[in-house]
Amino acid sequence: MKSDTKSIDDIKAIRKIMEESSRFLSLSGLSGVFAGVTAIAGALVAYFFILDNGSIHYDEYFRSLSAKETFSLRWKLIADAASVLVLSILFSLYFSIKKAKRDGKNFWTPVSRRMLINLLIPLATGGIFVIVLLYQNHIQLIVPVFLIFYGLALVNAGKFTFSEIFYLGILEIITGLLSAFFPGWGVIFWIFGFGILHIIYGLVMYRKYEA
Amino acid sequence: MKGLISDINKVFESRVRLGIMSVLMVNETYDFNSLKETLNVTDGNLASHLKALEERGMIMVNKQFIGRKPNTSYSATETGIAEFRQHLKALENLIGGQ
Repeated sequence: MKSDTKSIDDIKAIRKIMEESSRFLSLSGLSGVFAGVTAIAGALVAYFFILDNGSIHYDEYFRSLSAKETFSLRWKLIADAASVLVLSILFSLYFSIKKAKRDGKNFWTPVSRRMLINLLIPLATGGIFVIVLLYQNHIQLIVPVFLIFYGLALVNAGKFTFSEIFYLGILEIITGLLSAFFPGWGVIFWIFGFGILHIIYGLVMYRKYEA
Repeated sequence: MKGLISDINKVFESRVRLGIMSVLMVNETYDFNSLKETLNVTDGNLASHLKALEERGMIMVNKQFIGRKPNTSYSATETGIAEFRQHLKALENLIGGQ
């Protein structure tokens, strides 16, 4: 019957439009892989160059130092973390814009804006909170706070993109909470949370949706 | 059985109107240009269908200025949401009912 096939087509079109207008689907798995690689590189730079092969670590001695004595160290770590962040964001923008172009879609849409706002609110809060921790000399909590707030940001943004982002966020939160129990292991948790989890996520997404 | 066919709402017959309503069912508001890009239609075509939906009370228009640029966004009214749901159900019944 003619009206039946028209109804089926109508419903298909409705579902497709609902999906595309409410979820940002141009996020590329490659962004995850590159973010992970950058994070690991940043951690290695921190460990071998800034923390002097791990001989500088958080302990009673470090805590007894005044903020002045560790000032340059702090700034180097901040610069390192900020470079990782900026590079990751640039990579993910590049790959997402490329993917959107390839699919003939727009990158800047109401839903991508909404996703970014939802991502940025917890992320910026976490970033500012990290500065507070540095200022108040709670160095041991910086890695946990980075991971936890990043996880919350992903959970929040997950409503507007692939649902896998939501689960990645949950894993980041768990990693962050665990790292809070092990103050001396920040570099390892950082590599796992921002490095390995991102790479695994990116590869899974790339194979599932893009390859 | 009478409900089955009569729930098919003539207002939503056109593909563009179906598209507009689909977008507004899952987004609180959506602006004109984004609608145009999502549905891949011309200005005039989209405007006339939006007008028709507005006149029948299915959608609301919010006009505001962002800086100096006028920005028109649309949202579905409660009536619009209810009627579109009914229309969807009728479509599904038509398919499932054979």
